[in-house]
Amino acid sequence: MKFIPIFLIISIILNFNLLKADEIKTENKIAKNLRCLICQGQSVYDSDSEFAISLKLVIKNKIQQGLSEEQIYSFLKMKYGEWILYDPVFNRNTYFLWLLPILIFLAGGAIIIKRFYNKK
Amino acid sequence: MKSKFIPLILIFIFLITFVIFFKGLKNSNIYTPSTKLKKEVPSFELKSFENNSIIISEKIFEDNKYYLMNIWASWCVPCKEEHKFLMKLKKDERIELIGFNYKDNFKKASSFLKDLGNPYHIIVSDKDGTASIEWGAYGVPESFLVHQNKIIKRFIGPINNKDLLEIEKIIR
Repeated sequence: MKFIPIFLIISIILNFNLLKADEIKTENKIAKNLRCLICQGQSVYDSDSEFAISLKLVIKNKIQQGLSEEQIYSFLKMKYGEWILYDPVFNRNTYFLWLLPILIFLAGGAIIIKRFYNKK
Repeated sequence: MKSKFIPLILIFIFLITFVIFFKGLKNSNIYTPSTKLKKEVPSFELKSFENNSIIISEKIFEDNKYYLMNIWASWCVPCKEEHKFLMKLKKDERIELIGFNYKDNFKKASSFLKDLGNPYHIIVSDKDGTASIEWGAYGVPESFLVHQNKIIKRFIGPINNKDLLEIEKIIR
C-alpha cells in the first residue's frame, strides 16, 4: 500500500516535466519565428544579444501568464512592427509577394497542359 | 496568332517582375523603426534604483509635464557620450528625466553617476531587460519623449546636440 503514494508523486513530477517541456517547445518555436532586430540575419532564438535574451525572457513570462502563441506575436507586432515576424502578413503590401508564385505556377501548368494536348 | 500571344505575355510578366525587383534594389535594406509614435506609455512596476521600493509607471508620468525616459547602463560606452547632453537637459525645468537602468550592476552604475553626474529625477532598474521590451526598446542607449502619458518621440542611440535642439523645440 505504501507503493501508491510514491507512485502518485513520481507520476505527478513526471507530468510536470512534460508540461515544462511543452512550454519550452512553444517558447523556442516563437523565438525561431522572430527576427532579432539588432542582429544581422539571425533569429531571436539564435542570437545571444542582450535584446534577444530579454525577448526570450518576455516570451517565457507571457507563456506562463497563459498567453497563446498568436497573442504573443500580436503583442510583439504592436511593440516592434511587422518586421519582427519572419512570416510576412497577408495585406496590401504583400499581395504580390504571396500571389506571384501561385500565378507563375498556374501559368506554367497551363503552358504544360496546352503543349501536352497540342501534341496529342 | 496563339503562338505570338504567349511569348508576349511572358515578356510582359518578365518585364513587370524585372521592374519590381529593380526598384527593390534601390530600397534601403536597413530596417529603420519609426521614431514618431503616439503610443500609450506601457505600465510597469519596477524597483527603484536607490532603494528597493517599488515604483509604478502611473506615479511617474502623472502630470502634464514632458518626460524623457532614458535607457542607460554603466557598461554602455555610447551612454557616456550622451551623458553630457542629458546633464544639459537637466537644467531645463520643463522636462524631467527618468532613468531606466538596464541590466546593470548597482555599484558600477552608482560610480558611473558619481563620476559623470546624475541627470535623473527618478531612476528605476530593469534588471532582466523585460520592461524595456514592453517599451519596444532595442537596447542601450535609447530615449523616449513622453507627454500626457503618450510616447511622442523616440531616440534610438545616444542623444546628440541635434536631438537636444529637437527636444527643446518640442517642449517649447
